[in-house]
Amino acid sequence: MAIKDYIRQRYFPQMWCPGCGHGTILNALLRAVDELGLDKNSIVMTSGIGCSARISGYVDFHSLHTLHGRALAFATGVKLSKPELKLLVPMGDGDALAIGGNHFIHAARRNIDITAIIMNNRIYGMTGGQYSPLSGPGKKASTAPYTTIDNQFDVVNLSIAAGASFVARSTTYHVLECVDILKRAIQHKGFSVVEILSQCPTHYGRKNKEGDAVQMLEFQKKTTAKLGSKALENDPTLIPRGVFVDIDAPEYCEEYDKIMKRAMKETLQKEPLKNFGNQANQTCDMA
Amino acid sequence: MARLKLKEHLINRDWCKGCNICVHFCPKHVLELDSEEKVVAVRPEDCICCRLCELRCPDLAIEVITEQSDHDATSTSEDAVNTSEQDD
Repeated sequence: MAIKDYIRQRYFPQMWCPGCGHGTILNALLRAVDELGLDKNSIVMTSGIGCSARISGYVDFHSLHTLHGRALAFATGVKLSKPELKLLVPMGDGDALAIGGNHFIHAARRNIDITAIIMNNRIYGMTGGQYSPLSGPGKKASTAPYTTIDNQFDVVNLSIAAGASFVARSTTYHVLECVDILKRAIQHKGFSVVEILSQCPTHYGRKNKEGDAVQMLEFQKKTTAKLGSKALENDPTLIPRGVFVDIDAPEYCEEYDKIMKRAMKETLQKEPLKNFGNQANQTCDMA
Repeated sequence: MARLKLKEHLINRDWCKGCNICVHFCPKHVLELDSEEKVVAVRPEDCICCRLCELRCPDLAIEVITEQSDHDATSTSEDAVNTSEQDD
């Protein structure tokens, strides 16, 4: 299938600003899904609120545009009731780590089979350029005209500490790497986090004098380096890219199934089958 | 080995927002913005079908249509990708 078969063409051109990195992330994600040959009816995308969250409207998968920061909570519900579906959860930096911070760490802790994509443009773009938990100190925002003093989260370290079993980082400049990482993350069984550094030329770029989309992409190229590369060894201030963690760990839905089977078996052993049937009927009636 | 040969650049002018990303990062300077700030392929004969424009386009507005050719090109699309997306 061509990537155009995976989008709702009637909503294009998309609403993001010219040069917004979120479009490139959508592009990379569609290619990853296409290269994996996934059926679009087997994918559910849930998103929260913000520029990034609008992505769920453009893809022709099952989609849920939900509450601010709660995309992972909705995704958890969908995954537990229909574990055969693939869950993709793209979130903005504020959506995932400010208001949705608790949902994020607990989804990672449970290691539920969901792919979380953090579209990190380091600002709240939709509401006018307020600083986010990923802006970092010394940055200008509409709520920080004299620069921010807050430290930022390191998404990679945070996800590893919270228990995610696949953690990676890439940028919108390194789009081929992005597609590869997204493919691995989607195939991974367990909670996978992919942080993609994105550009917001309208707010972040303009306020911090980082120039237009092209200059911001050049900046991403200059300030990041692949894990294990010479460049990173020589200059540890560069932001590392690549796959940081990829481990096999017990997955939440499978563990839940095991517990359910054990509980059902024990109930069957304790009570004769006839009574169990009656009880089941009673519970049904009550429900 | 068969090389990819360009058929055409399929550009959706309604979707293009003229962000200049494809123009700037094209390794062979094939693309330019016109007076309406929409992308056009001005030197299609130089295109090496690396598809970096198509991959990076935030608006899904450009597509590189290719056909298989048995002629050996001087540089391959893989070379271009390696040089322009440096893993530094």
